[in-house]
Amino acid sequence: MLREIWVTFVDFVRTFGALQLFFLRLLAATPSIFVRRFGLVVKQVYNAGALSLVIIMVCGLFVGGVLGLQGYSNLSKFNAEDSVGTFAAFSLLKELGPVITALLFAGRAGTSLASEIGLMKATDQLSAMEMMAINPLRRVLVPRFLGGVISMPLLAAVFSMVGLFGAHMVAVSLLGVDAGAFWQQMAATLDVRDVNEGIFKSFVFGVVASVLAVWEGYNAIPTAEGVGRATTRTVVITAIAVLIIDFMITASFLR
Amino acid sequence: MNDGSENLIEIRDLDYARGHRQIFKDLNISITRGQVTAIMGPSGTGKTTLLRLITRQLVPDRGSIFVGGVDISTLSLNELYKLRRRFGMLFQAGALLTDLNVFENVAFPLREHTKLPNRLIRHIVLTKLHAVGLRGAADMVPAQLSGGMARRVALARAMVMDPEILIYDEPFVGLDPISMGVIVRLVRKMNDALGISSILVSHDVQEVSTVADCSYLISDGKVAASGSPDELSNTSSELVRQFMHGMADGPVAFHFAAPNYAEQLLGRDNE
Repeated sequence: MLREIWVTFVDFVRTFGALQLFFLRLLAATPSIFVRRFGLVVKQVYNAGALSLVIIMVCGLFVGGVLGLQGYSNLSKFNAEDSVGTFAAFSLLKELGPVITALLFAGRAGTSLASEIGLMKATDQLSAMEMMAINPLRRVLVPRFLGGVISMPLLAAVFSMVGLFGAHMVAVSLLGVDAGAFWQQMAATLDVRDVNEGIFKSFVFGVVASVLAVWEGYNAIPTAEGVGRATTRTVVITAIAVLIIDFMITASFLR
Repeated sequence: MNDGSENLIEIRDLDYARGHRQIFKDLNISITRGQVTAIMGPSGTGKTTLLRLITRQLVPDRGSIFVGGVDISTLSLNELYKLRRRFGMLFQAGALLTDLNVFENVAFPLREHTKLPNRLIRHIVLTKLHAVGLRGAADMVPAQLSGGMARRVALARAMVMDPEILIYDEPFVGLDPISMGVIVRLVRKMNDALGISSILVSHDVQEVSTVADCSYLISDGKVAASGSPDELSNTSSELVRQFMHGMADGPVAFHFAAPNYAEQLLGRDNE
């Protein structure tokens, strides 16, 4: 029993170390891609970012709407329903925007990255590149990684913006909260620091979600079953990692 | 001992094991410049593994592989990539890049390795596609191609950098007779017209006999026989005869090792 735990632990440390090395190799290859083959990155920003826009906006709208409803029903007990804008803005910008976007990103873009790379491996496309003296890390992995890193903060910003719109729609148009108070209180209490926290989080989540998706695809067992497992693992591991890291960042930003 | 002018690839005393399974033991093969060399053997003898060893996608446990007189285990990653540009490889299923069309697949190595102007790339790619008879399919995507067409596109891509050595991994598997004939003739034509050397891994005895100058038959991790196709089919060795003539009985057993048949049917093997 103890032995099994020890083996699992050693295994985990090994994988984690290998993941970090992999991350460093991605970073090392990043500058040359930026200079020489930026078109590849743009294509991946489109794949990971633009194609995720619809799902991000729909989810953002409804999450914002729920915040408007919940905020209103709770705050009105203290006669503070004017603060519903502040409540929604804090929730969205600092927490829900980055976190939910990262989870949706893992589900929409992360899975497609992992399965695409896994299938390329299973059909010998990556070996074929190596045989043509082309480093697949550079040609395939780095552009996809960068596409994710660039897309995530933008998607999180869109999510928060649409969410605020949803909250405003519910609170002001539906429940009759004063529009002036909604915006005024938000502007008065929200600090640049709070916005920065959200941006920082979404950037970190973007790196984490992208590196995990690319890693899982690249290390997938090259069979139909292996690629399927890699896709599932991408979502599960990204979700766990994002929530743990979210806790750590929130704690470190606490005043 | 460096006779690089004659033998392009020289494999010496090669050992390779995967897990507990010894795949090669004391393997010696030399591949002559300008010829079509076939490597044959029953399924599971590690023929594809051998190709991956020659191109150093895998590293042997012991022994050395010389390409053009250079021991490839001594190369750095950059030198290895430089060496690989002298190879063209045709994978079993083609391994075309699924997100690019036929033209871009063939153009891919040129775009990655050279700074040639678009007009010239277009010229080269169309020439290569014409050579495999698929100039008209330039705008198709890999998903639209049949197995034989995909392999011909992959052949065009393997040739596009004008390699010295073309490697074919099971080029005849799963093709209809017409595509098969086309590929067989292409292999020979490419080899002679472009003055390259070809390595062919296959277990299709008939096709190999028509195209190869020299064949190696691998069994149990060693070279069981070598020589021209005629020499091989007229050999006295039981194993070679069994393989060349496709007989079920011989040194290579049809049955995988199993307990006694009657005992097992009667359910006595568990007692």
